[in-house]
Amino acid sequence: MTQMKERLVQLEVLRYNPDTDTEAHFQRYEVTCYEEGVVLDALNKIKADIDPTLNFRWSCHMAVCGSCGMMINGEPKLSCHTFLREYEGVIRVEPLTHFPIERDLVTAPDDFMEKLKRVKPYIIPKEDKPISEGEYKQTPAQLMKFRQYSMCINCMLCYAACPQYGLTPEFIGPAALTMAHRYNQDSRDGGRKERQEVVATHEGVWECTFVGACSEVCPAHVDPASALQQMKITSSIDWIVEHMIPGGKK
Amino acid sequence: MAKSHKPVVWFPFAAGGTVIAFFIPVIVVLTFMAALGHIPPGLSYEKMHAFASNGLGKLIIFGVVALSLWSSAHRLRCTFYDFGVRADTLVAIVLYVAAIAGSLLSAVYLLQI
Amino acid sequence: MSRRPLVREVPPTSWYFRHPRYLRYMSREITSIFVGAYCLLLVVGLQRLASGPTAWEGFLLGLRSADSIVFHLLALAAAVYHATTWFNATQKAMPIQIGEDFVPGNVISGAHYVVWVVLSFAILFLVGVF
Repeated sequence: MTQMKERLVQLEVLRYNPDTDTEAHFQRYEVTCYEEGVVLDALNKIKADIDPTLNFRWSCHMAVCGSCGMMINGEPKLSCHTFLREYEGVIRVEPLTHFPIERDLVTAPDDFMEKLKRVKPYIIPKEDKPISEGEYKQTPAQLMKFRQYSMCINCMLCYAACPQYGLTPEFIGPAALTMAHRYNQDSRDGGRKERQEVVATHEGVWECTFVGACSEVCPAHVDPASALQQMKITSSIDWIVEHMIPGGKK
Repeated sequence: MAKSHKPVVWFPFAAGGTVIAFFIPVIVVLTFMAALGHIPPGLSYEKMHAFASNGLGKLIIFGVVALSLWSSAHRLRCTFYDFGVRADTLVAIVLYVAAIAGSLLSAVYLLQI
Repeated sequence: MSRRPLVREVPPTSWYFRHPRYLRYMSREITSIFVGAYCLLLVVGLQRLASGPTAWEGFLLGLRSADSIVFHLLALAAAVYHATTWFNATQKAMPIQIGEDFVPGNVISGAHYVVWVVLSFAILFLVGVF
Protein backbone atom coordinates (compact mmCIF):
# COMPACT_ATOMS: atom_id res chain seq x y z
CA MET A 1 0.00 0.00 0.00
CA THR A 2 1.33 3.40 -0.91
CA GLN A 3 1.91 6.00 1.77
CA MET A 4 -0.61 8.88 1.69
CA LYS A 5 1.14 12.01 0.50
CA GLU A 6 1.24 14.99 2.82
CA ARG A 7 1.43 18.69 2.11
CA LEU A 8 2.27 21.75 4.13
CA VAL A 9 -0.69 24.09 4.22
CA GLN A 10 -0.61 27.77 5.11
CA LEU A 11 -3.89 29.26 6.23
CA GLU A 12 -4.76 32.85 7.00
CA VAL A 13 -7.82 32.73 9.21
CA LEU A 14 -9.96 35.69 10.25
CA ARG A 15 -10.25 35.77 14.04
CA TYR A 16 -12.74 37.64 16.19
CA ASN A 17 -13.32 37.24 19.90
CA PRO A 18 -16.44 39.13 21.05
CA ASP A 19 -15.13 39.22 24.64
CA THR A 20 -11.88 41.01 23.85
CA ASP A 21 -11.86 42.29 20.25
CA THR A 22 -13.44 45.31 18.63
CA GLU A 23 -12.24 44.29 15.18
CA ALA A 24 -11.42 41.09 13.36
CA HIS A 25 -7.83 40.27 12.38
CA PHE A 26 -6.05 37.59 10.36
CA GLN A 27 -3.95 34.93 12.01
CA ARG A 28 -1.49 32.77 10.07
CA TYR A 29 -1.23 29.01 10.68
CA GLU A 30 1.00 26.36 9.15
CA VAL A 31 -0.10 22.77 9.33
CA THR A 32 0.70 19.48 7.61
CA CYS A 33 -2.28 17.75 6.03
CA TYR A 34 -2.95 14.85 3.73
CA GLU A 35 -2.69 15.73 0.07
CA GLU A 36 -6.30 14.56 -0.39
CA GLY A 37 -7.56 16.69 2.51
CA VAL A 38 -10.08 19.50 2.50
CA VAL A 39 -9.92 22.93 4.15
CA LEU A 40 -12.05 21.67 7.04
CA ASP A 41 -9.42 18.97 7.74
CA ALA A 42 -6.78 21.67 7.97
CA LEU A 43 -8.92 23.68 10.39
CA ASN A 44 -9.53 20.61 12.54
CA LYS A 45 -5.82 19.85 12.58
CA ILE A 46 -5.09 23.42 13.68
CA LYS A 47 -7.68 23.18 16.43
CA ALA A 48 -6.36 19.82 17.61
CA ASP A 49 -2.61 20.49 17.39
CA ILE A 50 -1.96 24.24 17.40
CA ASP A 51 -4.76 26.47 18.62
CA PRO A 52 -7.77 25.05 20.51
CA THR A 53 -9.35 28.53 20.67
CA LEU A 54 -10.16 28.57 16.95
CA ASN A 55 -13.92 28.42 16.41
CA PHE A 56 -15.81 27.12 13.39
CA ARG A 57 -18.98 25.14 12.73
CA TRP A 58 -19.09 21.75 11.08
CA SER A 59 -20.90 18.51 11.42
CA CYS A 60 -21.19 15.99 8.61
CA HIS A 61 -17.96 16.47 6.63
CA MET A 62 -19.83 15.33 3.49
CA ALA A 63 -21.58 18.41 2.07
CA VAL A 64 -24.95 17.45 3.47
CA CYS A 65 -25.46 19.39 6.71
CA GLY A 66 -24.60 22.84 5.36
CA SER A 67 -22.93 24.11 8.53
CA CYS A 68 -19.29 24.58 7.42
CA GLY A 69 -19.80 27.38 4.89
CA MET A 70 -17.03 29.99 4.86
CA MET A 71 -15.20 32.31 2.49
CA ILE A 72 -12.18 30.55 1.02
CA ASN A 73 -10.01 32.93 -0.96
CA GLY A 74 -13.04 35.20 -1.28
CA GLU A 75 -15.38 32.51 -2.57
CA PRO A 76 -18.29 31.19 -0.46
CA LYS A 77 -17.67 27.44 -0.11
CA LEU A 78 -18.34 24.47 2.09
CA SER A 79 -14.97 23.90 3.75
CA CYS A 80 -15.61 20.13 3.79
CA HIS A 81 -15.94 20.19 0.04
CA THR A 82 -12.95 22.36 -0.82
CA PHE A 83 -9.82 20.40 -1.60
CA LEU A 84 -6.46 21.72 -0.41
CA ARG A 85 -4.70 20.48 -3.54
CA GLU A 86 -6.67 23.00 -5.61
CA TYR A 87 -4.86 25.87 -3.92
CA GLU A 88 -1.35 27.26 -4.20
CA GLY A 89 0.21 29.34 -1.44
CA VAL A 90 -1.64 30.82 1.50
CA ILE A 91 -5.34 30.01 1.72
CA ARG A 92 -7.39 32.83 3.16
CA VAL A 93 -10.31 31.64 5.28
CA GLU A 94 -12.99 34.07 6.47
CA PRO A 95 -16.49 33.73 7.91
CA LEU A 96 -19.37 33.96 5.42
CA THR A 97 -19.67 37.52 4.26
CA HIS A 98 -22.92 39.52 4.77
CA PHE A 99 -23.49 37.78 8.12
CA PRO A 100 -22.42 39.15 11.50
CA ILE A 101 -19.43 37.32 12.96
CA GLU A 102 -20.33 35.55 16.18
CA ARG A 103 -16.78 34.35 16.85
CA ASP A 104 -13.92 33.54 14.45
CA LEU A 105 -15.46 31.64 11.52
CA VAL A 106 -18.84 31.27 13.20
CA THR A 107 -21.52 33.62 11.85
CA ALA A 108 -24.95 34.53 13.18
CA PRO A 109 -27.62 32.95 10.94
CA ASP A 110 -30.56 34.57 12.77
CA ASP A 111 -31.60 36.82 9.88
CA PHE A 112 -31.76 33.96 7.41
CA MET A 113 -33.64 31.73 9.83
CA GLU A 114 -36.23 34.44 10.45
CA LYS A 115 -36.69 34.99 6.70
CA LEU A 116 -36.96 31.29 6.00
CA LYS A 117 -39.85 31.09 8.47
CA ARG A 118 -41.61 34.00 6.81
CA VAL A 119 -42.01 32.22 3.46
CA LYS A 120 -43.82 29.29 5.17
CA PRO A 121 -41.48 26.57 3.94
CA TYR A 122 -43.86 23.67 4.47
CA ILE A 123 -46.83 22.17 2.69
CA ILE A 124 -50.05 24.06 3.22
CA PRO A 125 -52.55 21.49 1.96
CA LYS A 126 -55.01 22.56 -0.72
CA GLU A 127 -57.78 20.89 1.23
CA ASP A 128 -57.50 19.11 4.53
CA LYS A 129 -58.49 15.54 4.27
CA PRO A 130 -58.77 13.05 7.11
CA ILE A 131 -56.05 10.44 7.45
CA SER A 132 -58.63 7.78 6.62
CA GLU A 133 -58.72 9.08 3.05
CA GLY A 134 -55.11 8.12 2.60
CA GLU A 135 -51.97 9.85 1.44
CA TYR A 136 -51.53 12.79 -0.91
CA LYS A 137 -50.31 11.12 -4.08
CA GLN A 138 -47.84 12.58 -6.50
CA THR A 139 -46.62 11.46 -9.94
CA PRO A 140 -42.89 11.34 -10.76
CA ALA A 141 -43.41 14.32 -13.10
CA GLN A 142 -45.03 16.32 -10.29
CA LEU A 143 -42.08 15.44 -8.05
CA MET A 144 -39.52 16.50 -10.65
CA LYS A 145 -41.22 19.88 -10.94
CA PHE A 146 -39.85 20.94 -7.54
CA ARG A 147 -37.24 18.29 -6.66
CA GLN A 148 -34.23 20.42 -7.61
CA TYR A 149 -35.34 23.22 -5.28
CA SER A 150 -35.86 20.82 -2.38
CA MET A 151 -32.14 20.03 -2.38
CA CYS A 152 -31.26 23.18 -0.43
CA ILE A 153 -29.16 22.44 2.67
CA ASN A 154 -29.52 25.95 4.17
CA CYS A 155 -25.76 26.53 4.04
CA MET A 156 -26.27 30.25 3.26
CA LEU A 157 -23.48 30.36 0.66
CA CYS A 158 -25.98 32.04 -1.69
CA TYR A 159 -26.55 34.83 0.83
CA ALA A 160 -22.81 35.35 1.12
CA ALA A 161 -22.59 35.51 -2.68
CA CYS A 162 -25.60 37.78 -3.25
CA PRO A 163 -24.53 41.43 -3.46
CA GLN A 164 -28.13 42.63 -3.26
CA TYR A 165 -28.52 40.94 0.12
CA GLY A 166 -25.31 42.63 1.24
CA LEU A 167 -26.49 46.03 0.04
CA THR A 168 -30.12 45.66 1.18
CA PRO A 169 -30.28 43.40 4.22
CA GLU A 170 -34.12 43.49 4.15
CA PHE A 171 -34.02 41.35 1.00
CA ILE A 172 -35.60 37.96 1.75
CA GLY A 173 -32.77 36.48 -0.29
CA PRO A 174 -32.06 33.51 -2.55
CA ALA A 175 -32.49 30.39 -0.40
CA ALA A 176 -35.65 31.47 1.45
CA LEU A 177 -37.38 32.63 -1.74
CA THR A 178 -36.32 29.45 -3.49
CA MET A 179 -37.92 27.49 -0.66
CA ALA A 180 -41.14 29.42 -1.31
CA HIS A 181 -40.88 28.42 -4.97
CA ARG A 182 -40.23 24.81 -4.01
CA TYR A 183 -43.53 24.60 -2.10
CA ASN A 184 -45.44 26.67 -4.65
CA GLN A 185 -44.42 24.12 -7.29
CA ASP A 186 -45.57 21.17 -5.18
CA SER A 187 -48.81 19.60 -6.44
CA ARG A 188 -49.91 18.89 -2.86
CA ASP A 189 -49.56 22.52 -1.83
CA GLY A 190 -52.16 25.28 -1.85
CA GLY A 191 -50.20 27.97 0.00
CA ARG A 192 -48.93 30.08 -2.88
CA LYS A 193 -51.33 32.95 -2.19
CA GLU A 194 -50.09 33.21 1.42
CA ARG A 195 -46.45 33.10 0.35
CA GLN A 196 -47.02 35.79 -2.27
CA GLU A 197 -47.58 38.22 0.62
CA VAL A 198 -43.82 37.89 1.20
CA VAL A 199 -42.55 36.85 -2.24
CA ALA A 200 -44.23 39.65 -4.21
CA THR A 201 -43.16 42.51 -1.93
CA HIS A 202 -40.27 44.90 -2.54
CA GLU A 203 -38.17 42.86 -0.12
CA GLY A 204 -39.15 39.69 -1.95
CA VAL A 205 -38.21 38.82 -5.52
CA TRP A 206 -38.16 42.46 -6.61
CA GLU A 207 -34.92 43.17 -4.77
CA CYS A 208 -33.20 40.60 -7.03
CA THR A 209 -31.38 41.95 -10.10
CA PHE A 210 -30.38 38.53 -11.40
CA VAL A 211 -26.70 38.71 -10.63
CA GLY A 212 -26.76 34.93 -10.69
CA ALA A 213 -24.01 34.54 -8.08
CA CYS A 214 -26.33 32.45 -5.85
CA SER A 215 -26.59 29.69 -8.43
CA GLU A 216 -22.87 29.77 -9.18
CA VAL A 217 -21.89 29.10 -5.56
CA CYS A 218 -24.69 26.69 -4.60
CA PRO A 219 -23.09 23.37 -3.58
CA ALA A 220 -26.38 21.53 -4.06
CA HIS A 221 -27.14 22.80 -7.60
CA VAL A 222 -30.43 24.28 -6.49
CA ASP A 223 -30.31 27.26 -8.89
CA PRO A 224 -32.01 29.98 -6.82
CA ALA A 225 -31.53 32.50 -9.66
CA SER A 226 -33.83 30.40 -11.81
CA ALA A 227 -36.45 30.10 -9.07
CA LEU A 228 -36.47 33.87 -8.51
CA GLN A 229 -36.73 34.66 -12.21
CA GLN A 230 -39.70 32.33 -12.51
CA MET A 231 -41.35 33.96 -9.51
CA LYS A 232 -40.84 37.43 -10.99
CA ILE A 233 -42.75 36.29 -14.06
CA THR A 234 -45.59 34.65 -12.10
CA SER A 235 -45.77 37.63 -9.71
CA SER A 236 -46.05 39.95 -12.70
CA ILE A 237 -48.84 37.85 -14.17
CA ASP A 238 -50.57 37.98 -10.76
CA TRP A 239 -50.30 41.76 -10.79
CA ILE A 240 -51.90 42.00 -14.22
CA VAL A 241 -54.72 39.70 -13.17
CA GLU A 242 -55.28 41.67 -9.97
CA HIS A 243 -55.14 45.14 -11.48
CA MET A 244 -56.04 45.00 -15.14
CA ILE A 245 -58.63 42.26 -15.49
CA PRO A 246 -62.09 43.24 -14.20
CA GLY A 247 -63.11 40.91 -11.38
CA GLY A 248 -59.57 39.57 -11.15
CA LYS A 249 -58.90 41.34 -7.87
CA LYS A 250 -57.39 38.67 -5.63
CA MET B 1 -46.13 44.40 3.99
CA ALA B 2 -47.88 45.33 0.80
CA LYS B 3 -47.34 43.63 -2.49
CA SER B 4 -45.09 45.57 -4.82
CA HIS B 5 -46.16 47.36 -7.99
CA LYS B 6 -42.76 46.57 -9.51
CA PRO B 7 -44.37 44.50 -12.32
CA VAL B 8 -45.49 47.80 -13.89
CA VAL B 9 -41.88 48.70 -14.61
CA TRP B 10 -40.46 45.17 -14.77
CA PHE B 11 -42.74 43.69 -17.43
CA PRO B 12 -41.85 46.30 -20.06
CA PHE B 13 -38.22 45.94 -18.94
CA ALA B 14 -38.32 42.21 -19.65
CA ALA B 15 -40.14 42.73 -22.95
CA GLY B 16 -37.65 45.44 -23.91
CA GLY B 17 -34.69 43.29 -22.96
CA THR B 18 -35.95 40.64 -25.37
CA VAL B 19 -36.47 43.23 -28.12
CA ILE B 20 -32.97 44.64 -27.60
CA ALA B 21 -31.45 41.17 -27.73
CA PHE B 22 -33.17 40.21 -30.98
CA PHE B 23 -33.20 43.51 -32.89
CA ILE B 24 -30.78 46.14 -31.65
CA PRO B 25 -27.52 44.39 -32.68
CA VAL B 26 -28.59 44.14 -36.33
CA ILE B 27 -29.95 47.68 -36.35
CA VAL B 28 -26.63 48.93 -34.98
CA VAL B 29 -24.89 47.03 -37.79
CA LEU B 30 -27.04 48.90 -40.33
CA THR B 31 -26.29 52.40 -39.05
CA PHE B 32 -22.68 51.35 -38.49
CA MET B 33 -22.48 50.61 -42.21
CA ALA B 34 -23.84 54.08 -42.86
CA ALA B 35 -21.22 55.46 -40.47
CA LEU B 36 -18.55 53.71 -42.55
CA GLY B 37 -19.97 55.24 -45.72
CA HIS B 38 -21.69 52.14 -47.09
CA ILE B 39 -25.33 53.09 -46.69
CA PRO B 40 -27.43 49.93 -47.17
CA PRO B 41 -29.99 50.35 -49.97
CA GLY B 42 -32.84 49.78 -47.52
CA LEU B 43 -31.86 52.89 -45.54
CA SER B 44 -32.61 55.20 -48.48
CA TYR B 45 -35.24 57.86 -47.82
CA GLU B 46 -37.77 56.22 -50.15
CA LYS B 47 -37.45 52.78 -48.55
CA MET B 48 -37.43 54.04 -44.96
CA HIS B 49 -40.29 56.44 -45.62
CA ALA B 50 -42.34 53.70 -47.24
CA PHE B 51 -41.71 51.39 -44.27
CA ALA B 52 -42.62 54.07 -41.74
CA SER B 53 -45.73 55.11 -43.69
CA ASN B 54 -47.18 51.66 -43.33
CA GLY B 55 -49.24 51.10 -40.16
CA LEU B 56 -47.47 47.86 -39.33
CA GLY B 57 -44.10 49.50 -39.97
CA LYS B 58 -44.98 52.34 -37.59
CA LEU B 59 -46.00 49.82 -34.95
CA ILE B 60 -42.76 47.81 -35.32
CA ILE B 61 -40.56 50.93 -35.15
CA PHE B 62 -42.44 52.30 -32.17
CA GLY B 63 -42.38 48.95 -30.37
CA VAL B 64 -38.64 48.52 -30.84
CA VAL B 65 -37.75 52.08 -29.83
CA ALA B 66 -40.15 52.45 -26.89
CA LEU B 67 -39.50 49.06 -25.31
CA SER B 68 -35.73 49.33 -25.77
CA LEU B 69 -35.73 52.80 -24.25
CA TRP B 70 -37.77 51.63 -21.28
CA SER B 71 -35.64 48.57 -20.73
CA SER B 72 -32.44 50.62 -20.81
CA ALA B 73 -33.89 53.21 -18.45
CA HIS B 74 -34.99 50.59 -15.93
CA ARG B 75 -31.69 48.74 -16.03
CA LEU B 76 -29.82 52.02 -15.68
CA ARG B 77 -31.93 52.82 -12.62
CA CYS B 78 -30.79 49.57 -10.99
CA THR B 79 -27.21 50.28 -12.08
CA PHE B 80 -27.25 53.64 -10.32
CA TYR B 81 -28.24 51.85 -7.13
CA ASP B 82 -25.49 49.26 -7.67
CA PHE B 83 -22.95 52.08 -7.99
CA GLY B 84 -24.04 53.37 -4.59
CA VAL B 85 -26.43 56.17 -5.59
CA ARG B 86 -29.20 55.92 -3.02
CA ALA B 87 -31.52 58.60 -4.42
CA ASP B 88 -33.50 55.86 -6.16
CA THR B 89 -36.78 57.76 -6.46
CA LEU B 90 -35.13 60.72 -8.16
CA VAL B 91 -33.09 58.49 -10.47
CA ALA B 92 -36.20 56.48 -11.33
CA ILE B 93 -38.27 59.57 -12.12
CA VAL B 94 -35.58 61.14 -14.33
CA LEU B 95 -34.89 57.96 -16.29
CA TYR B 96 -38.49 56.83 -16.69
CA VAL B 97 -39.57 60.33 -17.74
CA ALA B 98 -36.73 60.36 -20.29
CA ALA B 99 -37.83 56.99 -21.67
CA ILE B 100 -41.48 58.05 -21.86
CA ALA B 101 -40.54 61.37 -23.50
CA GLY B 102 -38.43 59.53 -26.08
CA SER B 103 -41.30 57.16 -26.80
CA LEU B 104 -43.85 59.99 -27.12
CA LEU B 105 -41.56 61.91 -29.48
CA SER B 106 -41.10 58.75 -31.56
CA ALA B 107 -44.87 58.36 -31.76
CA VAL B 108 -45.27 61.99 -32.84
CA TYR B 109 -42.58 61.68 -35.54
CA LEU B 110 -44.04 58.42 -36.78
CA LEU B 111 -47.51 59.97 -37.06
CA GLN B 112 -46.01 62.83 -39.13
CA ILE B 113 -44.67 60.38 -41.70
CA MET C 1 -20.37 34.34 27.36
CA SER C 2 -21.50 37.56 25.81
CA ARG C 3 -23.09 37.73 22.41
CA ARG C 4 -21.62 40.66 20.52
CA PRO C 5 -21.64 39.82 16.81
CA LEU C 6 -19.37 41.87 14.57
CA VAL C 7 -21.29 43.44 11.71
CA ARG C 8 -19.25 44.14 8.59
CA GLU C 9 -20.45 46.83 6.20
CA VAL C 10 -20.61 46.24 2.46
CA PRO C 11 -18.87 49.12 0.65
CA PRO C 12 -21.82 50.53 -1.36
CA THR C 13 -19.75 52.14 -4.12
CA SER C 14 -17.02 49.54 -4.63
CA TRP C 15 -18.47 46.13 -3.71
CA TYR C 16 -18.22 44.88 -7.31
CA PHE C 17 -14.42 44.81 -7.13
CA ARG C 18 -14.68 41.99 -4.61
CA HIS C 19 -15.15 39.24 -7.19
CA PRO C 20 -14.80 38.89 -10.97
CA ARG C 21 -18.39 37.65 -11.26
CA TYR C 22 -19.62 40.98 -9.89
CA LEU C 23 -17.61 42.82 -12.54
CA ARG C 24 -19.19 40.58 -15.17
CA TYR C 25 -22.62 41.48 -13.76
CA MET C 26 -21.83 45.19 -13.75
CA SER C 27 -20.61 45.09 -17.35
CA ARG C 28 -23.93 43.48 -18.30
CA GLU C 29 -25.80 46.26 -16.51
CA ILE C 30 -23.65 48.99 -18.05
CA THR C 31 -24.65 47.87 -21.56
CA SER C 32 -27.86 49.77 -20.84
CA ILE C 33 -25.98 53.08 -21.08
CA PHE C 34 -24.85 52.41 -24.64
CA VAL C 35 -28.05 50.73 -25.74
CA GLY C 36 -30.08 53.58 -24.23
CA ALA C 37 -27.91 56.21 -25.93
CA TYR C 38 -28.27 54.36 -29.22
CA CYS C 39 -32.06 54.34 -28.83
CA LEU C 40 -31.96 58.12 -28.42
CA LEU C 41 -30.03 58.25 -31.71
CA LEU C 42 -32.88 56.24 -33.26
CA VAL C 43 -35.39 58.82 -31.95
CA VAL C 44 -33.32 61.57 -33.61
CA GLY C 45 -33.30 59.49 -36.80
CA LEU C 46 -37.09 59.28 -36.74
CA GLN C 47 -37.31 63.04 -36.37
CA ARG C 48 -35.05 63.43 -39.43
CA LEU C 49 -37.07 60.91 -41.38
CA ALA C 50 -40.26 62.83 -40.57
CA SER C 51 -38.62 66.09 -41.75
CA GLY C 52 -38.12 64.96 -45.35
CA PRO C 53 -35.48 63.59 -47.70
CA THR C 54 -32.85 66.27 -47.18
CA ALA C 55 -32.96 65.94 -43.41
CA TRP C 56 -32.74 62.12 -43.64
CA GLU C 57 -29.78 62.22 -46.05
CA GLY C 58 -28.14 64.71 -43.69
CA PHE C 59 -28.71 62.37 -40.77
CA LEU C 60 -27.04 59.47 -42.58
CA LEU C 61 -24.13 61.69 -43.65
CA GLY C 62 -23.83 63.00 -40.11
CA LEU C 63 -23.12 59.46 -38.93
CA ARG C 64 -19.87 59.47 -40.89
CA SER C 65 -17.40 60.60 -38.27
CA ALA C 66 -14.73 58.99 -36.13
CA ASP C 67 -16.78 59.64 -32.98
CA SER C 68 -19.78 57.98 -34.54
CA ILE C 69 -17.73 54.94 -35.54
CA VAL C 70 -16.40 54.57 -32.00
CA PHE C 71 -19.91 55.01 -30.60
CA HIS C 72 -21.28 52.39 -32.97
CA LEU C 73 -18.57 49.93 -31.98
CA LEU C 74 -19.39 50.45 -28.30
CA ALA C 75 -23.12 50.15 -28.96
CA LEU C 76 -22.60 47.01 -31.02
CA ALA C 77 -20.46 45.38 -28.34
CA ALA C 78 -23.01 46.34 -25.68
CA ALA C 79 -25.98 45.10 -27.69
CA VAL C 80 -24.32 41.79 -28.57
CA TYR C 81 -23.18 41.26 -24.97
CA HIS C 82 -26.67 42.04 -23.74
CA ALA C 83 -28.11 39.58 -26.25
CA THR C 84 -25.84 36.73 -25.16
CA THR C 85 -26.56 37.28 -21.46
CA TRP C 86 -30.26 37.54 -22.22
CA PHE C 87 -30.43 34.35 -24.27
CA ASN C 88 -28.32 32.49 -21.72
CA ALA C 89 -30.82 33.59 -19.05
CA THR C 90 -33.87 32.29 -20.90
CA GLN C 91 -33.25 28.77 -19.69
CA LYS C 92 -33.37 30.03 -16.10
CA ALA C 93 -36.47 32.16 -16.49
CA MET C 94 -38.47 29.71 -18.59
CA PRO C 95 -37.55 26.10 -17.90
CA ILE C 96 -39.67 23.67 -19.90
CA GLN C 97 -40.74 20.35 -18.41
CA ILE C 98 -41.92 17.60 -20.73
CA GLY C 99 -43.22 14.64 -18.76
CA GLU C 100 -40.72 13.96 -16.01
CA ASP C 101 -37.73 15.58 -17.67
CA PHE C 102 -36.74 19.15 -18.19
CA VAL C 103 -35.61 20.23 -21.65
CA PRO C 104 -31.82 20.77 -21.34
CA GLY C 105 -31.11 24.43 -20.69
CA ASN C 106 -28.75 24.86 -23.61
CA VAL C 107 -31.48 23.66 -25.97
CA ILE C 108 -33.72 26.53 -24.80
CA SER C 109 -30.92 29.10 -25.02
CA GLY C 110 -29.64 27.58 -28.26
CA ALA C 111 -33.07 27.93 -29.88
CA HIS C 112 -32.99 31.63 -29.02
CA TYR C 113 -29.55 32.00 -30.61
CA VAL C 114 -30.78 30.27 -33.79
CA VAL C 115 -33.82 32.57 -34.02
CA TRP C 116 -31.54 35.57 -33.37
CA VAL C 117 -29.14 34.69 -36.19
CA VAL C 118 -31.94 33.90 -38.64
CA LEU C 119 -33.79 37.12 -37.79
CA SER C 120 -30.64 39.22 -38.09
CA PHE C 121 -29.75 37.80 -41.49
CA ALA C 122 -33.34 38.16 -42.67
CA ILE C 123 -33.29 41.84 -41.72
CA LEU C 124 -29.90 42.39 -43.39
CA PHE C 125 -31.30 40.70 -46.51
CA LEU C 126 -34.48 42.78 -46.48
CA VAL C 127 -32.47 45.98 -46.14
CA GLY C 128 -30.46 44.89 -49.17
CA VAL C 129 -27.08 44.39 -47.53
CA PHE C 130 -26.72 41.25 -49.64
